[in-house]
Amino acid sequence: MELLSFGDTGWGDELFFATLMTIAVSISAMVIGFAFALIFTPLKLSKNKKLNVIGNCYTTIIRGVPELLVIYLLFFGGTGAVMYVASIFGYDGYIEINAFITGALAIGVISGAYSTEVFRGAILSIDKGQFEASKVLGIKKYIQFYKIILPQMLRLSIPNLSNVWQITLKDTSLISVTGLVEIMRQSYIAAGSTRDPLFFYSVAAVLYLMLTFLSMKLINKLEIKYSKGY
Amino acid sequence: MDIKLMISIFPSLLSGAVITLQILVSSMFFGLIIGFIFAILRINKNPIISKFAYGYSYFFRGTPLLVQLYLIYYGLANIEFLRNSFFWVIIKEPYWCAIIAFSLNTGAYTSEILRSAFQTIKKGYIEAAQSLGVTKKITFYRIQLPIAIKQSLPAYGNEIILILKGTSLASVITIMDLMGEARKVNVLTFKPFEAFITAGIIYLFITFIIHNIIKYLEKKYGFQT
Repeated sequence: MELLSFGDTGWGDELFFATLMTIAVSISAMVIGFAFALIFTPLKLSKNKKLNVIGNCYTTIIRGVPELLVIYLLFFGGTGAVMYVASIFGYDGYIEINAFITGALAIGVISGAYSTEVFRGAILSIDKGQFEASKVLGIKKYIQFYKIILPQMLRLSIPNLSNVWQITLKDTSLISVTGLVEIMRQSYIAAGSTRDPLFFYSVAAVLYLMLTFLSMKLINKLEIKYSKGY
Repeated sequence: MDIKLMISIFPSLLSGAVITLQILVSSMFFGLIIGFIFAILRINKNPIISKFAYGYSYFFRGTPLLVQLYLIYYGLANIEFLRNSFFWVIIKEPYWCAIIAFSLNTGAYTSEILRSAFQTIKKGYIEAAQSLGVTKKITFYRIQLPIAIKQSLPAYGNEIILILKGTSLASVITIMDLMGEARKVNVLTFKPFEAFITAGIIYLFITFIIHNIIKYLEKKYGFQT
């Protein structure tokens, strides 16, 4: 227990901040994922064949390759790409992209693919009459989407989004390979310097279990709250 | 994009893919055994046994695969008596540690898939068997088990793809699987795009084949309702 005390002698405060970092990365990744999903869901549902192919390519490729590969690609490739763009503008120095940004972006791209599938399913399960009724009433397409379809879609997708959240939360552990100090990386450091990997990885496991447990409780509450009227 | 480089690294990546497939198949094999055992424990009427099985699947589904892998690879080596016992032969090898971690992980998911398949079997089938005087053992092996396997095929297909993606973590503990080979190429050539995109194509190809095999099996043996 002494190992977990706060302050200079223990790892308590380090692990606490690492947990906050994990939460921060997960939430940012989830939000980035939503942005991707809102772009690609209409593409997947569109009647235009070409747009359809783009949407399908995104979800199929991202869900078909390992998460680690996406992270490595963005982490190693991202730096090169940014430096290439910078060299066009006449800057030749070394640029290192923040590990948090690449990490959140990589996990966000992955979580976006899952969210896209969830949103697509939710929109498909909305009654067709809703679309027809708003068309008959002469409501413009984007107002129809924002005011009628989106709220229903979000409510319907809460249960499945909770799965996506769990996947996203667990995927953030993979960012540790790029050096961002979240739970996994911090336990790795602590395990290395105290030579007690069993203890620290168990602590990491308990922290992740706590996060999943608490977030499940929270999401269940949300689900109950938003299904009150139905 | 350097197409020539992509072609030249293809053979070494393929040799990594063989190791990936080896790990995948062995984890699936052990995972199925573990999954079956825990699914049967889950539907046991004794609350202590079913709680134990629930705890197992909760732990392995609630923590990242990387934590489990590190716990087994770095953590188990920390226990003195394991190091002196016969098990040391197994857990000192990263290859076996990876297989143990992936098997335990997929075992938890498989047990959930099978459990829900068992629980959705219509009660009428079991009652019909009972009224015909079929013994419990035969009801299980001849009626419940085949239906459960057929029903869980689509979900299990997804699970296989998840393990395939999970095996890429083996590269973190020094195994030269497909991911490990791609990392090596990246370090040697500083060409991340070529290395990882080629690996991604191979991963996608394997996913595609698994997807189609499961689709074929579903069509042939699937549960028609």
